[in-house]
Amino acid sequence: MGFIAVFIWSFVLWLVLTAGSKGLLWSPEELVAGLIFSGVIALTTKDIIGEKASRFLNPAKWVGFVVYSIGPLFWGMVRANLDVAYRVITGRIKPGIVRVPVELENDAQYTILSNSITLTPGTLTIDACPEEKALYVHWINVTEKEPANSEVIAGSFEKWARRLGR
Amino acid sequence: MIEWVIAVFLAIGVFFNLLASVGILRFPDVYTRIHAATKCTTFGTIFIVLATVTYAVYSYFWVERDPSWITIGIHSALVVIFLVLTNPVGAHAIGRAARKSGILPHGAVIDELEGRL
Repeated sequence: MGFIAVFIWSFVLWLVLTAGSKGLLWSPEELVAGLIFSGVIALTTKDIIGEKASRFLNPAKWVGFVVYSIGPLFWGMVRANLDVAYRVITGRIKPGIVRVPVELENDAQYTILSNSITLTPGTLTIDACPEEKALYVHWINVTEKEPANSEVIAGSFEKWARRLGR
Repeated sequence: MIEWVIAVFLAIGVFFNLLASVGILRFPDVYTRIHAATKCTTFGTIFIVLATVTYAVYSYFWVERDPSWITIGIHSALVVIFLVLTNPVGAHAIGRAARKSGILPHGAVIDELEGRL
C-alpha cells in the first residue's frame, strides 16, 4: 500500500508539472517517462512514507483539504496578518508560552493542527507532545493563562484537523 | 482593468513583506520575531504569486494561446502549496531550537516550558 500511495502522489505531481507539452495536455513520451520515474521514486521511498499514507488517497478528503485551506485557513491568515500589523505598529504585546490540551489521535492530525496554529492569529507552536496530548504554544497576547481546550487559541481548527487527518 | 487587479495584488503582497521586515526590527525577542517573519512573508508571497497567476491566465485567454502561460501559472501555484506546507514547520523548528538552548521569551507572563525541555 505504501508503494501505491507514493506512486500515485509522484505521478500526479509529474502530471501537474509537465502539463502543456501537447496543446494543453501531455505527450505520450512524457507520460511513459513519468510512469518510470514515479515507479523508481515509489520503490525507493515507500518505507519512509509508510503504510498508513494511503488513507490520504480518498477523494472526499481532498475536497475537505481544499475547502479547509480556502475557507477557515485563509480567513485565519487574513486575521493573523492584520493582527501582526496592529502589533508591529503599536508595539502592544504580552507574550507567553501556554500549554494547550488537545484531543487528537495520530501524527497527521498533530501536523495539521500545529501548522494551522502557526499560520493563524498571534500563536506559534513551540513543541508538540503527542504522549501527553498537548501543544506548547507561544502566544503573543496571552488572555487566558491555562486554556482548557484549543478553542480560545485555534477556533474550529481542532475539529477540522481531527476530521482531515483521520 | 486587469492591470489594476494585478497592481492591487502586488501592493498587498509587498506591503505585508515590508511589514515582516519592520516586525523583525521592532519586536523584542526571537519568538515574536518569528511571529512577524512567518505569517507575514507567507501571506505576502501568496498575493505576489496570485498576481503572477492572474497575469498568466489573462495572457493565455485574451492575448495569445500559448501553453507556456499555463505552465507559468501552474508552477507558481505549486510554489504557494510548498511554501504554506514548509514555512510553519521551519518556524516551529527554529522556535523549538531557541527554547531548547535556553532563550527565555522576553517579558513572558507565563512560561509552561520552564524546566521541561
